[in-house]
Amino acid sequence: MSLEMTGAEILVRCLADEGVEHVFGYPGGAVLYIYDAIYKQDKFQHILVRHEQAAIHAADAYSRSSGKIGVAIVTSGPGVTNAVTGLATAYMDSIPMVVISGQVPTHAIGQDAFQECDAIGITRPCVKHNFLVKDVRDLALTIKKAFYIASTGRPGPVLIDVPKDVSMLPCLYDYPKEIDMRSYKPIEKGHTGQIRKAVQMLLQAERPMIYAGGGVILADAAEELNQLVDRLGIPCTNTLMGLGGYRASSDKYVGMPGMHGTYEANLAMQNSDVLVAIGARFDDRVIGNTTHFASQQRKIIHIDIDPSSISKRVKVDVPIVGGVKEVLQEFHAQLDAANAKPNAAALSAWWKQINEWRQLECMSYEQSDTIIKPQYVIQKLWDVTKGDAFICSDVGQHQMWSAQYYPFDKPRRWFNSGGLGTMGVGLPFAMGVQLANPGATVACVTGEGSIQMNIQELATCKQYNFTPKIIMLNNGVLGMVRQWQRVDYDSRYSESYVDSLPDFHKLAESYGHVGIKVEKPADVEGALKEAFAMKDRLVFMNILTDPSENVWPMVKPGKGLTQMLLGSEDL
Amino acid sequence: MRHIISVLLENEAGALSRVVALFAARGYNIETLTVAPTEDATLSRMTIVTRGSDDVIEQITKHLNRLIEIVKVVDLTDGSHVERELMLIKVRAVGKEREEIKRTVDIFRGHIIDVTEKAYTIELTGDKSKLDAFIDSIDRASILETVRTGGSGIGRGERILKA
Repeated sequence: MSLEMTGAEILVRCLADEGVEHVFGYPGGAVLYIYDAIYKQDKFQHILVRHEQAAIHAADAYSRSSGKIGVAIVTSGPGVTNAVTGLATAYMDSIPMVVISGQVPTHAIGQDAFQECDAIGITRPCVKHNFLVKDVRDLALTIKKAFYIASTGRPGPVLIDVPKDVSMLPCLYDYPKEIDMRSYKPIEKGHTGQIRKAVQMLLQAERPMIYAGGGVILADAAEELNQLVDRLGIPCTNTLMGLGGYRASSDKYVGMPGMHGTYEANLAMQNSDVLVAIGARFDDRVIGNTTHFASQQRKIIHIDIDPSSISKRVKVDVPIVGGVKEVLQEFHAQLDAANAKPNAAALSAWWKQINEWRQLECMSYEQSDTIIKPQYVIQKLWDVTKGDAFICSDVGQHQMWSAQYYPFDKPRRWFNSGGLGTMGVGLPFAMGVQLANPGATVACVTGEGSIQMNIQELATCKQYNFTPKIIMLNNGVLGMVRQWQRVDYDSRYSESYVDSLPDFHKLAESYGHVGIKVEKPADVEGALKEAFAMKDRLVFMNILTDPSENVWPMVKPGKGLTQMLLGSEDL
Repeated sequence: MRHIISVLLENEAGALSRVVALFAARGYNIETLTVAPTEDATLSRMTIVTRGSDDVIEQITKHLNRLIEIVKVVDLTDGSHVERELMLIKVRAVGKEREEIKRTVDIFRGHIIDVTEKAYTIELTGDKSKLDAFIDSIDRASILETVRTGGSGIGRGERILKA
């Protein structure tokens, strides 16, 4: 049955028909008809943020934690430009999202109208696709396409730019049930012959290794990955984006690879003879210098849904284009059929080697009873939350320490900006995750630098009763910048000291939250317990940590994977 | 190496800018680019002439395929193909030069499509090297203006690019 509605009503109805339950946004002139339609509906909840960037980050994290498509609405002009960082963040990490932006009326486009900007042009390089809807009759179909494109193939954010007159004009509502685009046909199923080749290669390997990335999480393929590693008994590493894809508590797990990865993961990556990359893209932060990486002979099997990720930075021997879940299921089917086991003697020698590397204990650090070590805080956070919290991290040293010292056994428990490295995501991420998981234990690990990039969202948290526990590792410096200045710039700490910090716990209190200041190592565990006991409150923990502590191991930019600095003594 | 990439894409506003932006953002080079609607008005056919190593060309075709509005991509250089480009060139033609230019145009099987007392406008079709050769064969100083469309390509024989 068709019904005449305004563009704004159609838009709101489409969102409801897509099953959207929550929308993050911020109103403005160009989206007033849309907000009027939101006022009149009760199908989804609108969360009013305090800055458009936070709306996009929150919708992004909602998607990361639930697997559903995050939705945000922003107005034209500054609304869109504020959204750009959020879009770029989601795009780099392949997160499915639909963002609606207002636009000036169609007749005013191109006239430098008030709050006009070329939203399509500005966002084009940081979205999977974008649409300008010039005719209200195209609106419903465009929204259908946007949801389809965002969530299929390699996922990503899609922006729909809606001019004000389009949201005002009437049209018959007819939401298409199915969609078929001749120009967009993502491949899900991997090539059987290629998979057979990969399985044979893997079974004959002497030093096999699985390197799993964010694609495993996005494809909900953690179960298939766990089964694969377990049945083969071979080492597995999860990238920063893939943490929790394979359970960290397994003895087959060798830790995270890359710039701040473990010694054993990096050496195993480098020395493997067959490396299976699953939903990972050989990022510069993961394999370092490509020439150094290629200096050691190995066969590479690469499973990825995006053909352009294959043979981009390293040459691949067996490319398999397809959805990670479907391809891994086919792997299992073929392993069942082959009824063969990996070479046991070779594998045992390989494990002996890896266990020797493990004995280096690259992540040990010196505990102190006078000054709080950041690593210790993360370990205690794991203890207090029994390793089962949803951890939203900001960007910097605290991000790396969280990834290193909070082992994840489950997917969709770890949220960070891995690709773009956006400082300020932590708090809005925690909002999105909390909304998608009501009642769950959510922690935001941040620093005094990152938190100030979106601290205004403490108000949003109060308004909607989001109760993440903010673990702020306050060392008074921009730690990661400082670490690089220490390592590469002869300790010339240019502009990496943060002066005039607010009294954070008092600031949190003024927003109506609970603030706790922790200054002594002995108080860390007690304070964490106290904070997590306050289930219905946001608790802001200002934890003063050792400013001289750095993240180790470290592969300096441009260096090879095995050229690791293990501590400040290596400098 | 020089490659001729043919692209079939939705004839929609903004599709061209996505292709151009892809090349710009990744530092790839566009030597020439032509685009026009096909017999099916909803589709445009684009020919991109570019240069790059095999790895770069592989990435270019993969990224083109990734664009939502692109229906098909083929590297014509992978097989036998025909390439044509149209050039309009205006040259000074006075005195004894007039005859000489007319003869050269005939040799290259071009047409003089506009004539004034002082100038000829010549239409010439061929592949890139033929058009280059024509320019080289006339006195540079007599060239007043040159317009080239850039290459268009099509596969030979039964090789076709269809939606």
